[in-house]
Amino acid sequence: MVEVQLWASLQSYAEGQKVVTVEARNIREMLAALVARHPGLKVFIDEGVSVAINGEIYADSLVEPIPEGAEVVLMQRLRGG
Amino acid sequence: MAFDQQKDQQFKYIGTRPKRQDGIDKVTGQAKYGADTYQAGMLHGSIVRSPHAHARILKIDTSEAEALDGVKAIVTRADFATGLTGENWNILENIMADKRALYDGHALAAIAATSPLIARDAAKLVKVEYEPLPHVTDIVDAISGGAPIIRESSIEANVPEGYHKNICRRFECGKGDVEVGFGEADLIVERDFFTEATHQGYIEPHACLAHMTPDGKGELWCTTQGHYNVQRICAALLGIETSQLKVTASEIGGGFGAKTTVFIDPVACALSRKANRPVKMVMNRSEVLRATGPASSSWSTVKVGMKKDGTITAAQGTYRLQGGAFPSAPSESPAQVTFAPYDIEHAEMVGLSVLTNRPKQAAYRAPGAPMGVFASEQVLDEMAHELGIDPIDLRLKNAAKEGTKGVHGPTYKRIGLIETLEAAKAHPHYSIPLKENQGRGVACGFWFNFGGSTSVSMALSEDGSVALSIGTPDIGGSRASMALMAAEVLGIPYEDIRVTIADTASLGYNDNTHGSRVTYAVGLATIEACKSATQELCKRAAGEWGIDPEAVEWEDGYARPSGPNAGSFEPLSLKQLAAKMTQTGGPINGHFEASPQTAGPGFATHLVDVEVDPETGKSTVIRYTVVMDAGKAIHPDYVEGQMQGGAVQGIGWALNEEYVYGEDGRLQNTVFLDYRVPVASDLPMIDCVIIEVPNPGHPFGVRGVGETSIVPPLAAVANAVSAASGVRQTRLPMSPPRVLKSMKEGKVVG
Repeated sequence: MVEVQLWASLQSYAEGQKVVTVEARNIREMLAALVARHPGLKVFIDEGVSVAINGEIYADSLVEPIPEGAEVVLMQRLRGG
Repeated sequence: MAFDQQKDQQFKYIGTRPKRQDGIDKVTGQAKYGADTYQAGMLHGSIVRSPHAHARILKIDTSEAEALDGVKAIVTRADFATGLTGENWNILENIMADKRALYDGHALAAIAATSPLIARDAAKLVKVEYEPLPHVTDIVDAISGGAPIIRESSIEANVPEGYHKNICRRFECGKGDVEVGFGEADLIVERDFFTEATHQGYIEPHACLAHMTPDGKGELWCTTQGHYNVQRICAALLGIETSQLKVTASEIGGGFGAKTTVFIDPVACALSRKANRPVKMVMNRSEVLRATGPASSSWSTVKVGMKKDGTITAAQGTYRLQGGAFPSAPSESPAQVTFAPYDIEHAEMVGLSVLTNRPKQAAYRAPGAPMGVFASEQVLDEMAHELGIDPIDLRLKNAAKEGTKGVHGPTYKRIGLIETLEAAKAHPHYSIPLKENQGRGVACGFWFNFGGSTSVSMALSEDGSVALSIGTPDIGGSRASMALMAAEVLGIPYEDIRVTIADTASLGYNDNTHGSRVTYAVGLATIEACKSATQELCKRAAGEWGIDPEAVEWEDGYARPSGPNAGSFEPLSLKQLAAKMTQTGGPINGHFEASPQTAGPGFATHLVDVEVDPETGKSTVIRYTVVMDAGKAIHPDYVEGQMQGGAVQGIGWALNEEYVYGEDGRLQNTVFLDYRVPVASDLPMIDCVIIEVPNPGHPFGVRGVGETSIVPPLAAVANAVSAASGVRQTRLPMSPPRVLKSMKEGKVVG
């Protein structure tokens, strides 16, 4: 199981939860599970998100494995100049 | 590789300062920039721009212009793809208006003619019928009651009911409960801060040469931070397949984020397609300032609670960034970044994107971060003074370190903020006595840095020299850094490696040169590409010796037998193996493709001394020191270049630069004489201290350095001017009249 920390303004699309627990082995499965659980998140996830796993920020990867017990934080897609 | 092992790595080439390979071309004028290419039969493009800040376009009559001798093609919005969505639609809407002109300078039509003069004359003959509409250019006015609504359709779902309809995005992050945190505080300070839009100010204007042919193919030469991105966007806007357009990046005279998008490139392609001839377009400075992205202006409200001992108990911020008439302001960035350097239990940050009748904002080094940090680092400075705590000690007390959960969410791995603070405190600059009318400012900054998609290939020649192909335009000396990393892995001299920026048809996809990613990600790919070649070199040596490839290792440019059972053979050099490669199995090349994701975050601490003339209010920077964690400085000259460049751009942003709009909504300062960037005579030498806390995610420990350096200077300079003037400076730019007025009135006013 993966505990995904949402950024605050997403919580109203996840029944007020700050953390959503889903079954997922990698980022792709985690995002799909979030949308399946809370369809209101789809528009924000489709726009592009980054995911931090144990402090490492994956800007746009879908394939990164999520280890058991990892700290997982959903973030807005990083942009740079 | 473990962190401690990285610390102990010994390098032969990394960390040295050889001459850049493109240096001679650049100092002799041989380097070819965007405007330096020509083709037989080439036409010249010119753009018709709106003189209105906001107007309905009722009719565009091009008949008179078409009749002018020498005019070969005119394009309007009708000549671009339809049915676009998302950012592609926004880009098209920005580079060629459809039904409304959304800002002063918005493109409405373009002309290709046999000379630049004819093209410009023809542009004047295009008759546009407008219905002027109410406009708004100021961020505060834009979200006040009576402001015209710019584009209601762009409001995203997470903007709550009741917000002004020029607020199109809302982002919130944080941790804990700020009310609890403020309840624990002995001192609470809350202030509003304002920054103006500033342009990235690159010396080279946008320029390109497009040649589309009747078979549906095309070639484009342009100045850009990412030619693969240009290829993708142009193809979408023209309605062609991406691979049919080959894009070559010219040398680039600065970008700083704003050349990660397009303005004239699709227009030149559309003109060329219509005229069936090559079309060159070069913006003048006025066009650059009026119609290419400046950074957002901003209005930030920051509140911090603190105990008497300097412990931050709570931080709260609302960061409003205007992105022009497009929903692109990076307001989530200050929300995540401003308090990221600190270990704070209770934090709540909101970012709001605001629409105005200004050009579409574009990225500018660490987009969105400097404006927010201008606010947060000033509040911390004010509280440090109020509590009688040294400003560096206050930051050290609260500094994030490995294991700290950042206010933006992730828990940090090994980071170097504390090292930058300690180095700043120990630097002689920090103890130099100040004279009358002088003030000292300190500020910290954080930036994420990232990796991004990367392809690199290397080819070995029979004489042992190496051609390395990368796909990221070289803004800040990256070719030299790549050559150094390749030299380190291959064990051959830096001079034996030539690095080329390959075009889109010659190398796999690469993300832009942005996000402080190139030395990290392209460097990592270069290392891996070279390693794949050394594996093949070891295999060839094993064949020579008749032993297993696993029994051969690559060390300092030689294949050597390795292990007790490998036998005793004279090591074979790269040159020896290269000379025989065609007979020992064929060409030897290396390549690597990946999206590296382990970019280490960057932290910096800036120190600045400013003298304020009490008679004129003019602020002069008399001393500036940048301390930054580079992880590992591959070519220290270019790390220092990034550090100095960020500081200088920040000084300009803080003291001089601003977009000035008139009541009519038109930009008033459209040339560099009126939009004043700092020049060498305005500045002291910017001293640099490179800290090296290796990034565990890079073989040599590299962290990005291109963006962090612009995060602290707005706040650092403001803290210094505040100290020198005796008035907290909450509004940029701190121009002489504004500072003088603040000193007379004892407060900063609009």
